[in-house]
Amino acid sequence: MAIAQVLLVDDEVPFVEALIRRLTKRDMAVIPAYDGPGALAKLKENARVEVVILDVKMPGMDGIETLGEIKKAHPLVEVIMLTGHATVESAIEGMKKGAFDYLMKPCDIDVLVGKVTEAAARKRRHEEKIIEAQIREITTRRT
Amino acid sequence: MQTDDRQSYYAGLRFRMIVVVVLVSLAPMALVSGIILYQFSSYSHQMVHAHLGELVLKHRQDIESFIKQRLSDISHLSKSFMFEQLQDSEFLQQRLWTLQEEYGFVFVDIGLIDEEGRQEAYAGPFELSRADYSRAEWFHKALKSPGYISDVFLGLRGHPHFIVAVRRHWRGSPWILRATIDFAAFNTLVETLSVGKTGTAFILNREGEFQTRPPKGEMKLTKEQYMSLFRKSDEALLAREQAGGREPEAQDVGGFLDDPLKESQVFTFKKGGESGGKFIIVASFLKSNEWLLIFQQEYSDAFARLKRTQITAGFISFLGALSIIFMAVVVSTRMVKRIARLRTEKEMMSQQIIETGKLASVGELAAGIAHEINNPVAIMVEEAGWIQDLLGDGIEDGKNLEEFKRALGQIETQGHRCKEITHKLLSFARKTDARVQTVQLNDVVTEVVDLLSQKSRYANVEAEVSLQPDLPPIQASLTEMQQVLMNIVHNAVDAMEKTGGKILIRTDADADQVRLSITDTGPGIPESSLGRIFDPFFTTKPVGKGTGLGLSICYGIVNKMRGRIDVESQVGKGTTFRIVLPLKEQAGKKHP
Repeated sequence: MAIAQVLLVDDEVPFVEALIRRLTKRDMAVIPAYDGPGALAKLKENARVEVVILDVKMPGMDGIETLGEIKKAHPLVEVIMLTGHATVESAIEGMKKGAFDYLMKPCDIDVLVGKVTEAAARKRRHEEKIIEAQIREITTRRT
Repeated sequence: MQTDDRQSYYAGLRFRMIVVVVLVSLAPMALVSGIILYQFSSYSHQMVHAHLGELVLKHRQDIESFIKQRLSDISHLSKSFMFEQLQDSEFLQQRLWTLQEEYGFVFVDIGLIDEEGRQEAYAGPFELSRADYSRAEWFHKALKSPGYISDVFLGLRGHPHFIVAVRRHWRGSPWILRATIDFAAFNTLVETLSVGKTGTAFILNREGEFQTRPPKGEMKLTKEQYMSLFRKSDEALLAREQAGGREPEAQDVGGFLDDPLKESQVFTFKKGGESGGKFIIVASFLKSNEWLLIFQQEYSDAFARLKRTQITAGFISFLGALSIIFMAVVVSTRMVKRIARLRTEKEMMSQQIIETGKLASVGELAAGIAHEINNPVAIMVEEAGWIQDLLGDGIEDGKNLEEFKRALGQIETQGHRCKEITHKLLSFARKTDARVQTVQLNDVVTEVVDLLSQKSRYANVEAEVSLQPDLPPIQASLTEMQQVLMNIVHNAVDAMEKTGGKILIRTDADADQVRLSITDTGPGIPESSLGRIFDPFFTTKPVGKGTGLGLSICYGIVNKMRGRIDVESQVGKGTTFRIVLPLKEQAGKKHP
């Protein structure tokens, strides 16, 4: 059983591949996407994705825009923004739009794993709360 | 070559400035001097004519009064004594002595002549007692007039002389008392009118015979010329009488018209002598228009003062002109030196501005480049981390070895990528080299498009090039050319950062020029800004983003290359920058 179900979105293919290898080794189930629309498509296919690691600067649909779309379609999925120095402001803007956190590229793998784990836990907590609420609602209805 | 061109340009500029300054300064000076000289010359002529006219008139009066006085002396003698008394030669001799005592040797002799022309009595130095004048012309003329003055003639004594005679009657018969006037004394009187070095006076009769000593040497005119003076004086007199006292135009004596002397018949002529000399001649009638008193003076002598003034004025003008030319040379040389210095300073400043603009461009580029470098660095870090991960599993695993190799290969690839990026940035950011060299414009376009590719990609801008394959190389500074293109393309990408779009860069050429156009599909430039986009420090970018120098630098660089840059833009459709660089101009004359 994987620690977390992760979608890694970055336009740099070698980066995505390297990071997938490292995260996989740390017991994470990672699927890649190389742009915004690709990420949305993958999310749609894989309902199990808990955390999205999203690059801010991408050609076409950039990270912030993609974040908006993800949050719209999958409000519970947690998003960690990956950014360089030049786009820190954008990442902070992303936080305001509901991103879980942001990390500077290149980032320490342990920190990333920690953040992903936290994000996944939060997502699960949110889900559990929702399930509990639903059970409570059903129970209340029966009684 | 460029220095030579510049020097010849400055030499030409200096020459043109000298010519303009000299012309502008000398023309008014020459005009004023000319007018003053002309005025002075005509005033001087008037003065000389008036002065000579006055002198001649005065002299005429002196001569006339002298002759009249002599006639009156003889008349007085004839009236004071009886005919019988005067018939006595001794008595006559005593009278002659008395007269000579009174007037000096003006009277040479005295004779009493009867109606037959016989000299009844004679007192004088010649043997003329009983001389017969019955055939003498003067005798017949003297008989007809109560008082008579003859022309100069040789007569019986063989010396030039003239006589004054009075006619009296005794016992119904006329008799004549005549006296000879000393020719030398008369001459001396006439010649007292002497002005300057050559001004001399003499008397002519209507036959053109000199009644006094003729002028000497080159001063002498032909008889015909002297006769013509009579004719002209007659005509002038007639015209004056017809005009009711007004003087005729041709022989007007300047300034005489309003003078009381205008009635006095003084005529002025200008004559050329046989030897080529010019003379001013002032004439006046004497002895009931039978004689003409002539004053003759060389023109140059008469107007010597004018000539001296003209020479002085000319010398002063010459000195003035010399000093003007000297000042023009000095001032122009200084001005040209100053212009050259200012130009050098301006070039240095614009070079500094270009440098500054370049640094600004580098700064703007840096953000994009940092991100661009960040990507391979991130990959390298992840690959290195992956190797460490695998090392944790143990090095003896053969499968891991393959993975090591792959990861290291990837690191190397990304390292090269970093090197390429930094190389591109450095090649753009290196010190501006303004040296003119052969530049292939197509290469510059490719390089700049490549440098901005990452920025374009993230801005979702597609850069397309359409380059003429056999584009002739231009003579330009490579880095300046890069900068021109960089600034324009950078602006285009910036303008389309949010919307995305297309940039088309096109090059083509004909025999005379190379053309470069950069067209984007951005938001366009509003009409109000279009006229100012090449102004320094004009920018529409947010504060801190643009310096407002980019396009002004482009304009400066293209201008320096004797090229042309213009812009065409439609709001909502896009903007096109067109740069035209001359080929011939660059091959021939470079920047002055």
